[in-house]
Amino acid sequence: MPNLSSDEVHLGDNFVTKPLQIIALAVLLFSSVLPALKAQELIVPDAVLASQSKRIAAIKKASASTVMVFANEGKGGGSGVLISPNGYALSNYHVVQPAGTAMKCAINDGKLYDAVLVSIDPVGDVALIKLLGRDDFPAATLEDSDKVRTGDWCFAVGNPFLLATDFNPTVTYGIVSGVHRYQYPAGTLLEYADCIQTDASINPGNSGGPLFNENGDLIGINGRGSFEKRGRVNVGVGYAISINQIKHFMGFLHSGRILDHATLGATVSTDENGNVVVTNISESSDAYRRGLRYGDQLLSFGGRNITTVNGFKNVLGIYPRGWRVPISFLHEGDRIDTFVRLSGVHSPEELLARVQPNRQQPGGEPMPEGEPKPPAPRPVAKELPDVVQPFFAARRGFANYHYNKLNQNRIWNAYIDQTKPQDINGDWTLRGKLGNLGDASIVLGKTRVDADLPQGKAFAILDNDLGQQEAPRGSGGLLIALHLWKHIQQTGLGQFGDVYYLGSMPTPKHNEKQDVLVATHSVIECRFYFSPSTGLLTSMEMYPDLGVDPCEIYFSEYESVNNRMLPRQLEIIHGDTVYGELRLEDFEFNSNGGTE
Amino acid sequence: MQRLLLAILFVITGSSGIAQGADFSVTSAEVQPKMVKIYGAGGIRGLEGYQSGFLISNQGHILTVWSYVLDTEYITVTLDDGRKFQGEIVGADPRLEIAVLKIDTDSLEHFKLGDAVGVNSGSRILAFSNLFKIATGDEPNSVLHGVVAAKTPLNARRGAFKTSYKGPVYIIDAITNNPGAAGGALTTRNGELAGLLGKELRNSQNGTWLNYAMPISELIPAIEDIIAGKTRPRSLNEDIARPDIPHTLKTLGIRMVPDVLAKTPPFVDSVTAKSAAEKEGLRPDDLILYINDRRVDSCATLRNEIELIDQIDNVTLVIQRDDELIEIVLQGE
Repeated sequence: MPNLSSDEVHLGDNFVTKPLQIIALAVLLFSSVLPALKAQELIVPDAVLASQSKRIAAIKKASASTVMVFANEGKGGGSGVLISPNGYALSNYHVVQPAGTAMKCAINDGKLYDAVLVSIDPVGDVALIKLLGRDDFPAATLEDSDKVRTGDWCFAVGNPFLLATDFNPTVTYGIVSGVHRYQYPAGTLLEYADCIQTDASINPGNSGGPLFNENGDLIGINGRGSFEKRGRVNVGVGYAISINQIKHFMGFLHSGRILDHATLGATVSTDENGNVVVTNISESSDAYRRGLRYGDQLLSFGGRNITTVNGFKNVLGIYPRGWRVPISFLHEGDRIDTFVRLSGVHSPEELLARVQPNRQQPGGEPMPEGEPKPPAPRPVAKELPDVVQPFFAARRGFANYHYNKLNQNRIWNAYIDQTKPQDINGDWTLRGKLGNLGDASIVLGKTRVDADLPQGKAFAILDNDLGQQEAPRGSGGLLIALHLWKHIQQTGLGQFGDVYYLGSMPTPKHNEKQDVLVATHSVIECRFYFSPSTGLLTSMEMYPDLGVDPCEIYFSEYESVNNRMLPRQLEIIHGDTVYGELRLEDFEFNSNGGTE
Repeated sequence: MQRLLLAILFVITGSSGIAQGADFSVTSAEVQPKMVKIYGAGGIRGLEGYQSGFLISNQGHILTVWSYVLDTEYITVTLDDGRKFQGEIVGADPRLEIAVLKIDTDSLEHFKLGDAVGVNSGSRILAFSNLFKIATGDEPNSVLHGVVAAKTPLNARRGAFKTSYKGPVYIIDAITNNPGAAGGALTTRNGELAGLLGKELRNSQNGTWLNYAMPISELIPAIEDIIAGKTRPRSLNEDIARPDIPHTLKTLGIRMVPDVLAKTPPFVDSVTAKSAAEKEGLRPDDLILYINDRRVDSCATLRNEIELIDQIDNVTLVIQRDDELIEIVLQGE
């Protein structure tokens, strides 16, 4: 006998006298007991309830960070996802490109925000935008997408078919159908390398939006699907750019630039034994200088074993141009483990021609693409809304130079706050020991650099072509590099030459991604690497010419000398060889004739 | 260890079909080594030269769908670990639209047909296949999830769906009706084999695509016959007993197209008036696929097989006429 609720028991108390009442009661009881019986039988296991509340919490958290992008007066748009409280949000290149520099974005707090384009990555189909007006936006948590496994639950949140006109995004649930997928580019743009495949519905308008794991943490950016006969609606195969790829690009995406992806300068294919071998290599590539040759077998790349061509393309596709990536290969039976600098897929002019505004284009409707077509070049900038104006600076070759300048200043100010180089604008003299070879002293003067080294004396004349002076021999141009190191500190970024913020990347000696400033003085390109945690310069590269190995200097063991942070240890590397380790014991600065 | 993990997970999540905790990643890892990628004829627009399949014996037998992809001497089978083999057709059953291939290796992980299970409406399922040829080499097949919407005879929709398979199918809500998915495996959430993903089918009346799988139990007798060699032409055995008075094409009233190729497809050229063949409705341009359950792939094989059938016995032909399979029985005397 099932327990009755108190109401029904109360009814039963009266049920003695009149037959009619009894019948009525019986009917009443019957109709009320049955639902009660049913409710009794439905015992939901705690695990199901727990799973359900976990899912509700995950969707709630994830939905808050999802952005609905509206562009072109409501005719186009897509999705995005907030990744920082101050409003930086990821989307697809093919979503924001038709929108131009400014767009309107909504989140599920019910408000519409102005947003500005920060950077575009046309090859990776990624864009960074910034929502304006708040510094407490709900941001998604970035997961390690290499932990994602086939079969994991996941869900997409976004604006499919631009349905979210009430600013509440659509949630579609599914599983991860495959990981480390490779999907070919359209020409050279919109390549989906190492992407996540899902059967969660990805439809037009989902593009640029987030794919979350079952905890509501961000694992990818949806942007593409395989379609065929049903038009461009979901057929169970959607792809998301892995968030780990985007993490590699994160510094670059904050640079306001138009980003390029990388090439090794070599092509590979699978031979009859199933090995991945080099079938073509450019002699001007860094890979060639590191010893990679035709016929060599690729063993690992970017820390992954390479067993298929797709596997190789997957690794190549997740790194920005300019990164140095570990590589291992077999050359004539010998295993070589080294780092290789990746060059660009395009020349800068080529890339620009594909994406910069050059003619008026009607905005296309962004959609995930089966065989994607690159969107039309960005429309010529219209009048920007007043609130967006302060956050945009036009400059050729940049998506939004404002954000490049912002980062240049951030990095440089953090550095000179600690090193105060601007008030030591005379000659610098460095004294110390070069490894265990003996004493070394280097005078960085206004017109020349003189070095007294254990190997002998060396000098550089600064009025001559800097690119032709590689003294001391074997260093790749240490004296010129040190001169430029001094020079940029004395002049600051404004007077040194053409300077821009490249992005951030690890070095062979730093796992932590370093902020990189590229500074060109006359024809010499230098790259200065700064630690984001200390703000100090950790290394520099000086390229006397393109197509040769730079002189690399690694600065470490900073100490405060007269309230100035100075490096005690300089390691000098050229190509595959360490030129020497310079231990500095004494710094002498002539600031306008004075000495420290 | 994985099994233990699976068992523990099952206890945690209880038996509810909607529980979320079932770790499909464990199931996927267990199923993937049994899946193969099949490459063959096709490759022109609208006719993809690839499909899916899975291992069903430790001697390298592979179950897949019978399709134009297999209509070539060179079928390549890529295992989950990336190894490539040439696949030989052991046999096919066009009525079920299935084929069994064999590769020359053994001791591979495989589904045991005897362990295949039935699933009910509402059952959670996974669909493994290489749809859209997304995976190459040692990359795993794609996995879709869904539930069984219904188990229903496909022939209830006769006229709507062009298929010769007339048995029951599982209708599923995972979108398996995609290029290359045919031949894939339908499994339970725990990776037990339940069905074979069927070929792409579109309803000719309303244009909708059907996501379905054929229950393994419907296929087992045919698979066993194929593996046992019961569908191979008897004439391949040299020491077979020959009847004193066999049937001939002439006595049956069938004239085949001129035999000019090494393997001339066995098309009927003409049918003799008032012959048994005409009486039973055989027509010019019919393609003979089977004779007395033996597969016929050429005019020569057809002639050789007929010579092994005594005139007192019936001759059963399976023919293809346009998109339809038709069985015709010619009575013996």
